[in-house]
Amino acid sequence: MKGFILSFRSEFYKTRKTMGFWSAVILPLLLCLLLFIGFYTHADKLAHQPGMMLWIQFSGAILGVMGSLLLPMLIIFIAYSVNSIEHKADTWKTLFSLPISKLSVYAAKYLYALFLVFLCLLLFVLFTLAFGNLLGVLKPELKFSEYSIVSALVQIYIKFFLSSLGILSIQFLLSLLMQDFLKPMGIGFVSTITGVILASNNWKYAYLFPYSHPMLALRALGNGKAKGPAMPHLTVNMFTSETWVSLAVAVGVFIAGYFIVLRKSVK
Amino acid sequence: MVINTDSLTFNFGRQTVVKSLSLQVPEKSIYGFLGPNGAGKTTTIKLLLNLLKTQQGSISVFGKELQHNRIDILSQIGSLIEQPALYLHLSGRENLLNRALLLQISAKRVDEMLSLVHLSDAANKKAGQYSLGMKQRLGIALALLSDPKLLILDEPTNGLDPNGIIEVRELLIKLVTQHEKTVFVSSHLLAEVERMATHVGIINHGELLFQGSIKDLEALSQPLVQIEIENTADAANFLKRNDFTVTDADEHHIFVPFTTKEQMGRINALLNKNGYAVYSIRKQQKDLEKLFLSITQNN
Repeated sequence: MKGFILSFRSEFYKTRKTMGFWSAVILPLLLCLLLFIGFYTHADKLAHQPGMMLWIQFSGAILGVMGSLLLPMLIIFIAYSVNSIEHKADTWKTLFSLPISKLSVYAAKYLYALFLVFLCLLLFVLFTLAFGNLLGVLKPELKFSEYSIVSALVQIYIKFFLSSLGILSIQFLLSLLMQDFLKPMGIGFVSTITGVILASNNWKYAYLFPYSHPMLALRALGNGKAKGPAMPHLTVNMFTSETWVSLAVAVGVFIAGYFIVLRKSVK
Repeated sequence: MVINTDSLTFNFGRQTVVKSLSLQVPEKSIYGFLGPNGAGKTTTIKLLLNLLKTQQGSISVFGKELQHNRIDILSQIGSLIEQPALYLHLSGRENLLNRALLLQISAKRVDEMLSLVHLSDAANKKAGQYSLGMKQRLGIALALLSDPKLLILDEPTNGLDPNGIIEVRELLIKLVTQHEKTVFVSSHLLAEVERMATHVGIINHGELLFQGSIKDLEALSQPLVQIEIENTADAANFLKRNDFTVTDADEHHIFVPFTTKEQMGRINALLNKNGYAVYSIRKQQKDLEKLFLSITQNN
């Protein structure tokens, strides 16, 4: 356990000045800021909208891209960046000749990638809420304060996070084994496009294909109208079949990856 | 023995890279592991660090079997394999601090290491901007950081200038003589190993061709009498006529196999009496470089 914590801290220490880390922070900030500017400059056109619609438009702009392309590409990039730092520096041999178990080194790296995905999604939630509320304050005619989207937003992002686990494990292992950027990137990109096509065509077995999961997660966002027309609220169906597949793939590939790392000769 | 391997064999696919290697590295020695490029040195080192899985034979370090005591053993080893592995986007100090974090070593030790390898002034420069020699020195600092009992260094003086080579050599000698460490150092340059090693292992095509102390190695070579003289060709012929074997003659010297001191005296007197001015005459060990070549080529 100590080895794991030390390795995890070292992962942060190594990456804190790299694009891999900062992209997880800057991306949500930048996208939310752009949206903020868009809404701010077009406030007059949006002023007649009810609060709920404003929030749906504001957060939905990102959610749509997130479900199709942004999340998978982000995962591919993060999985690549945490591994490429060792490939580039030729430090696998040093990592595996430290008096730390191979499991700790491997798990710390994997969980650090997972942490970066989590951090990025968390910041998307926070920045969406912060900029939305800021709009409501700066432009009182935008009635953001009418509606609270917090719970639905948090839920859908948790759903995104769960749906990203399968892809992350696969991309992590690919990036660990392959030294160059193009192979894991290419495989990831083609799989993502395939996943989007499968999911958007409602293929029956799309839920079995991890790269379709973010798209399917977006579908889980439903409009629950049970509580009357006055205050409709958004619901998220958290544990659907693809969520379980995502989790199973993540666990399976993580374990398989560990045995590959154990057996793998360090060049 | 600090390192003891028994019939260690390793194959990359069908190619046998290490053949039945039995290394014996005594405590507090500088063991020079010599061999031409591609002889299997780095593979052996990776086996010693458990980076490659032992296929046949066994390795014990500090008297413990490696596979089952991996972490315990690795905690007492500092290593540098091939070119130093550095995070080029981090500064020299950050590279050391990162390792210190992993090994739970104080930051004070980091600064000591930086000054030991003369990188204090460049400590905050990115490792990517270091020269090859500076990278190598940082690699040595990383290997020494945990104050390990055993240092395994793969060609540590690669890319260093003569000054740097001397510094590394003196540092290693100091570590062994004053701090009771054991150093296992690989090289393809005999001249370099000869100056610091107490023990030598010579490997070629994966096979250990010689192992023993540096004195054993010297004893293998037959000493020669080196005579500096004018007109070497005539002098050589003259000696041959007088029943001496002349093994070699060049523009300035002739060489005769050494048997006794008296023989040297007789040669000297004979040449002088017959009008050959002898400028110098001395006993000479066979050049280790030549010995090394003859060992590696005969096999």
